[in-house]
Amino acid sequence: NMPEINVTPLGAGQDVGRSCILVSIGGKNIMLDCGMHMGYNDDRRFPDFSYITQNGRLTDFLDCVIISHFHLDHCGALPYMSEMVGYDGPIYMTHPTKAICPILLEDFRKITVDKKGETNFFTSQMIKDCMKKVVPLNLHQTVQVDDELEIKAYYAGHVLGAAMVHIKVGSESVVYTVSVNKYAKSHISAWIDKCRPDILISESTYATTIRDSKRCRERDFLKKVHETIERGGKVLIPVFALGRAQELCILLETFWERMNLKAPIYFSTGLTEKANHYYKLFITWTNQKIRKTFVQRNMFEFKHIKAFDRSYADNPGPMVVFATPGMLHAGQSLQIFKKWAGNEKNMVIMPGYCVQGTIGHKILNGQRKLEMEGRATLDVKLQVEYMSFSAHADAKGIMQLIRMAEPRNMLLVHGEAVKMEFLKGKIEQEFSIDCYMPANGETATVTTNPSVPVDISLNLLKREMALGGPLPDPKKPRTMHGTLIMKENSLKLVSSEQALKELGLNEHQLRFTCRVQLQDPHSDPDTLHRIYTHLKSVLKGYTIQHLPDGTVMVESIVIKVSSSAEDTNAKVLLLSWSYQGGEYFFTALCIVKRLMYQ
Amino acid sequence: MKLYCLSGHPTLPCNVLKFKSTTIMLDCGLDTTSVLNFLPLPLVHSPRLSKLPGWISKDGTINLEKELKDCAGRVFVDSQPEFCLPERELLDLSTIDVILISNYHCMMALPYITEHTGFTGTVYATEPTLQIGRLLMEEVVNFMERVPKAQSATCWKNKEIQRMLPGPLKDAVDVWTWKRCYSMQEVNSALSKVQLVGYSQKVELFGAVQVSPLSSGYSLGSSNWIIQSHHEKVSYVSGSSLLTTHPQPMDQSSLKNSDVLILTGLTQMPTANPDGMLGEFCSNLAMTIRAGGNVLVPCYSSGVIYDLLECLYQFIESASLGTTPFYFISPVANSSLEFSQIFAEWLCHNKQTKVYLPEPPFPHAELIQTNKLKHYPSIHGDFSSEFRQPCVVFTGHPSLRFGDVVHFMELWGKSSLNTIIFTEPDFSYLDALAPYQPLAMKCVYCPIDTRLNFHQVSKLLKEVQPLHVVCPEQYTQPPLTQSHRSDLMLELQPPPMPYRRCSVLNLPFRRRYERVYILPEVSEQVVHFPL
Repeated sequence: NMPEINVTPLGAGQDVGRSCILVSIGGKNIMLDCGMHMGYNDDRRFPDFSYITQNGRLTDFLDCVIISHFHLDHCGALPYMSEMVGYDGPIYMTHPTKAICPILLEDFRKITVDKKGETNFFTSQMIKDCMKKVVPLNLHQTVQVDDELEIKAYYAGHVLGAAMVHIKVGSESVVYTVSVNKYAKSHISAWIDKCRPDILISESTYATTIRDSKRCRERDFLKKVHETIERGGKVLIPVFALGRAQELCILLETFWERMNLKAPIYFSTGLTEKANHYYKLFITWTNQKIRKTFVQRNMFEFKHIKAFDRSYADNPGPMVVFATPGMLHAGQSLQIFKKWAGNEKNMVIMPGYCVQGTIGHKILNGQRKLEMEGRATLDVKLQVEYMSFSAHADAKGIMQLIRMAEPRNMLLVHGEAVKMEFLKGKIEQEFSIDCYMPANGETATVTTNPSVPVDISLNLLKREMALGGPLPDPKKPRTMHGTLIMKENSLKLVSSEQALKELGLNEHQLRFTCRVQLQDPHSDPDTLHRIYTHLKSVLKGYTIQHLPDGTVMVESIVIKVSSSAEDTNAKVLLLSWSYQGGEYFFTALCIVKRLMYQ
Repeated sequence: MKLYCLSGHPTLPCNVLKFKSTTIMLDCGLDTTSVLNFLPLPLVHSPRLSKLPGWISKDGTINLEKELKDCAGRVFVDSQPEFCLPERELLDLSTIDVILISNYHCMMALPYITEHTGFTGTVYATEPTLQIGRLLMEEVVNFMERVPKAQSATCWKNKEIQRMLPGPLKDAVDVWTWKRCYSMQEVNSALSKVQLVGYSQKVELFGAVQVSPLSSGYSLGSSNWIIQSHHEKVSYVSGSSLLTTHPQPMDQSSLKNSDVLILTGLTQMPTANPDGMLGEFCSNLAMTIRAGGNVLVPCYSSGVIYDLLECLYQFIESASLGTTPFYFISPVANSSLEFSQIFAEWLCHNKQTKVYLPEPPFPHAELIQTNKLKHYPSIHGDFSSEFRQPCVVFTGHPSLRFGDVVHFMELWGKSSLNTIIFTEPDFSYLDALAPYQPLAMKCVYCPIDTRLNFHQVSKLLKEVQPLHVVCPEQYTQPPLTQSHRSDLMLELQPPPMPYRRCSVLNLPFRRRYERVYILPEVSEQVVHFPL
């Protein structure tokens, strides 16, 4: 039976949020990402780990867990999974992810437990214990998880430390990529190589968007901010503490400098300084432009951007505020939004995707009256703008990636079903490969057809090469003879002589014989000599010998002549050949017959 | 399988391995000890050096007044210092497919190879190796170009003439291969051929050979290399260290099961303990400062200096040196200090943990912030107005032949209050000091070489058990000056295969199998006969 790879999303199957994908490949089980869902506050917040096992720990069922980047929808369920459900195996993530992930988890925990008062949630200690199980990954390093399973990380350029992973067992492989930023190519390290995986699993958040150039979007963004400031309005930009926020800050900082603007820019979270520090220390993970100039000028030391205090929200006059979180579902960004929503001079710019159920999602869909806690309603009068700055993979990026990696199958996760359907059609049409989009708990199965590795004896290889003349012709297939020995799971291809010797077997000769009757008046030796000279003249390039024992040999074919006692004219031609000689036996026979009947 | 040995310097190797029809150059070391034969290049006009008498042979038959100068009882070449290049005649260097670099000290000859031999291949190195290697090259180019010297001395190289010269010029070898420094343009072009690799990354070469760098523990991004096919494995061990300094620890286990292990880059100071030297460095430094003198530390701008600064960071307060200014002067000082902070992945575990906090991994960030350590691109400009004495100055080049260090030698050499402390092991300190004699300044020799010593290497070889070891001939006998120390050489069974400059070794390999793949269409039709 054919080997197969199974992929089952526990989260992010035809959905955005709580990424968690199980992959079974070559007898190994791997969990890709372990995220939370921003749109839920109940059990649906985390992936359903009971799919793996109903009782007990996950350690026995998983060979490793790989986290692609630090966003909570990709790592938010990690301490729950490892400490509360139970998993003690290795968790792989890149250095920046390892550095930043625990901070965001702690933040998430604080909001959930301290502010919302939920119990039965993971603790600070659990985050620490979970992080102890993390093994840092370097870019392009081939990590041997065990003797058979190897993983390799590539730069993905989505947020600081984001990685694509190549997972390989024997000759079967899967590539998992979260959010490939097509600008990733500007990074000095190469993008993914033509690794031809059996399956490419990709996120498809912006599956239907083919975004205009980055520069256009940036110009548009600056224009909108500038206009609002000019008319004395306030701009709110809900962001996540790390990632796109830093890039937007750089953008505004340079714009303010150039235009000599005086309106204050604030960054709301206490994480700012820390976040920028991470960016500085992990500068090798940022884009080329920032890396190149970092010695002369650190892009993350801002002159115009100041720390925000909650009292500033009531200050008169224009201002720009970056506030967390990015989907307006809680925290400071939501508080500021409530304060500013009533004034049409103000503006909120949503720089990224918003999950269903969040206020961000609602206002982007044009909702103008929002129901808040305590049956209060909020009239949204400020302007709502959407700028897809978020570095999730868009259709163009995914198509480019497929062209690069040349997968045999494609599998989409982390996107809305309708949009996935569109992209699936596009991929199947353009690349003629199968594209899967399993829902949560549903398994996609791909059968693989791997080549079989064999060790060939160098002697045999050289001998067979020599038969083909001085230079092998790579365009022409050739048959070769050898014996395939299968021993303790390894395959060897050797010459039959060597095989007999190694296996201690005796060689058996298999010979075929044939009698041909014909009339010929000459003596037996004369007949034989005629045959010899004729063969010699016709079969150029063959070894033809007239042996003293009264036989002629054409390669391994033996030819003898005898005549019956009664009729010396009636000759019997005896031919004998080994099975290897079969190919040219008939050639020789035809020549002899033609000669005799002339 | 053959090994062509293009350098005779055991710690600045350059070998070429021919393996399965690929031609792989292992390191591209530049032997800079040749510069010791040249006069120093002063940054400001030096009356002493400009008035030196020219050299004329005793019988007056050879007059090389213009090229050779008599200085402090020795004869020096008066021209831009030249470097001894790897051998270029032993094989056609344009046939080289790839160059593997093990650390930033072993790539300084790269522009000579990639720019002037018809080389069309790829160079592989880790990111810190590339970045810091670039800084070191930039520094040397800058040192040379700042003090242009029109004269290029060639007459003395004539074999007949060289024979008549006094030592050590008379004994200098391969002087015709000596070349002037390259230009920044050549450096940029050479480094544009570098392809970055990460530790344990498997790089396929033409489907025939796989190469992979391993952490070697010696410097930021330093690596040993595994060169293997499915059935054969060659390990190339270059500068490696088992001491806990700033780089990621050495990966030893991946060297196991090698058919051949090529061993280079052992410590040049087998009898000097690095920790002891560090202690001596600190105490001599403190003693000089307390007595009101200045301390000069000739050094490379990356590498051991990070450890020295870290050691001083802990030492300054306890030795009440809190108010003493520390200066680091190099055209690349700032870049070197900044770059050291951004390679978290390549650092030892302790330093990685700091980055997670997030804090800079090296404490020199704090020394700079608190104004204890100041860095300048050169002695000109800001430095001349801000400079206070007594002070400690770190500057290059450790050969004392070029760079800002030449100026401090002229400035401080006459006072016995001052001290020069040698920490780099690449140059004999007596030879380095020769053109400055007589000196009143104190000289302290504390060479810090963290590379493997003979004891460590024999233990390592016992563990990884290669079938054959290839090494420079210097490692197969005790040092000339300590011929009784049989512990300062490699004793192995079977004995190591020694090489010297221009050796061509046939490596003992018996290749018996090759890996091929049976296509699924064919493998489906295979019928098994159980035996």
